[in-house]
Amino acid sequence: MSLRTPLGRVLGLGSAREGAHHWWAQRLTAVALIPLTLWLVYSVVCMTTLDYIAAIGWLQSPITSSLLVLFVIALFYHAQLGMQVVIEDYVECEVIKITSIVVLKFIIWFTGLASIMAILKVFLGL
Amino acid sequence: MAMTTINRPLSPHLQIYKPQLTSLLSITHRGTGVFLTLGALFLGCWLLSIANGPESYGNLQKYILAWYGQVFLFAWVFSLYYHLCNGIRHLFWDIGLGLEIRTTYLSGYTVIATSILLTLVTWCLAGAAT
Repeated sequence: MSLRTPLGRVLGLGSAREGAHHWWAQRLTAVALIPLTLWLVYSVVCMTTLDYIAAIGWLQSPITSSLLVLFVIALFYHAQLGMQVVIEDYVECEVIKITSIVVLKFIIWFTGLASIMAILKVFLGL
Repeated sequence: MAMTTINRPLSPHLQIYKPQLTSLLSITHRGTGVFLTLGALFLGCWLLSIANGPESYGNLQKYILAWYGQVFLFAWVFSLYYHLCNGIRHLFWDIGLGLEIRTTYLSGYTVIATSILLTLVTWCLAGAAT
């Protein structure tokens, strides 16, 4: 016979209310990517030439570089979440599964951060 | 107990199901998603090449303008539009709209037509600009 109260027995059990986080983040980044993707495609198509000077000039606009940083964050986050689900669904071996998810996250976040640094470097004219 | 485990009905293998528009579009959404992740990594390389100066930008540009670069770029543009259109279809499903069988087929055909059309329009406009 336990002397714990009914409340004490159930505290800490059940949902941590975080189960929907992955799902929600994927949808949120998806919604953010709709206008950002359309803007990026439109913006690149509007560039009359794709030479180095044009690319630098394009990135030195504050609006372009801000939107591009937002695009990179939403894109890489969305890609990481999506690739994680694909790995979880098709890789059966637990060791390979966890390892590939960790490697995936490292690659994605490194490339995402390097992209943002590149945008800032060009924007600041360093 | 062992007998009930053996007798329980099992779902047939994936190969046995007849391919349907809905299932094909669903797996294509995944395929284009994986392919677009490669594209995202390439976009990162492109941005880094700009930051590294004219020489590395020119080196990468050579690969982009080569025939295989153009093939990849075309495939990425189509994948991007497909994933975008079908993603919007998924977002409507998430809020509980368009889940009737007739509507899923109608939206499925719309996704195919729209993504092909947008790909061709983008390719023509980009080609006309350069």
